[in-house]
Amino acid sequence: MMKAYLTRGYRFSSSHRLHNESFGEEKNREIYGKCNNPHGHGHNYALEVTVSGPVAVDTGMVCDLGDLDGCVAEQVLARFDHQNLNVRSEFADLVPTTENLAVVVFDILRREFTAAHLEQVRIEETANNSFTYAGGAEPILQ
Amino acid sequence: MLYLTRKCEFSAAHFYYNTNWSDEENARVFGKCANRNGHGHNYTLEVTVKGEVDTQTGFVMDLKELKQVLEREVLDALDHRHLNKEVPEFAQKIPTTENIAIAIWQRIAPKLNHAHLHRVRLYELDDLFVDYYGE
Repeated sequence: MMKAYLTRGYRFSSSHRLHNESFGEEKNREIYGKCNNPHGHGHNYALEVTVSGPVAVDTGMVCDLGDLDGCVAEQVLARFDHQNLNVRSEFADLVPTTENLAVVVFDILRREFTAAHLEQVRIEETANNSFTYAGGAEPILQ
Repeated sequence: MLYLTRKCEFSAAHFYYNTNWSDEENARVFGKCANRNGHGHNYTLEVTVKGEVDTQTGFVMDLKELKQVLEREVLDALDHRHLNKEVPEFAQKIPTTENIAIAIWQRIAPKLNHAHLHRVRLYELDDLFVDYYGE
């Protein structure tokens, strides 16, 4: 069996504010800068989900792309697209940085997507910065 | 250890069809891709080789040599072809992005003399690609 890695891209748009209740106002402004604006701001996030597995002989595929798309649409896009991340339960005790968002999305997909092995998620917050989480493992090269 | 990636593009036609299955089963599994009249993509291929930097040339490998291998082994065989009908690997195997990436690896790995093939990354669309590491 030959093992391949399949990566699929998705987009969603959300608002957030980077703010830690346990810091004072001044410290929040110092650490998070413009991202601490009380009214929040937003991003068009680009999510890449990488799964792996043996290439099935009868289909030539690692997994059915429709299954992956369906799972991401239901479990990730439906939760976060056009939402304010700060009011979501996932971020009740977590600052919605893109680092934490990557961990949250990875943990959701690790739990919900079982048709292939989830390797990593990579989220671009802007074209200039991206965050990759592989559940603690070494991520694959971009 | 250094990693060097070379990119190239090719365009090809294909369809997905398992001859052991009925038309209905193929349509259920492969959807629009099962249309036996075929469809096509502009593929982007990224080939990554790894090796130590040669102290004399400063190269991991000669890019010209890598380019020639890709032209001869990949582009001449796949560019502007119908994968199912013209490429021997896909006489039996379904030309999914996964299987095309594997076929490209098998074509070029034996031809690289001075560097070790690390990864074949093949984009079918901007938001869909497959990596193969020879595993």
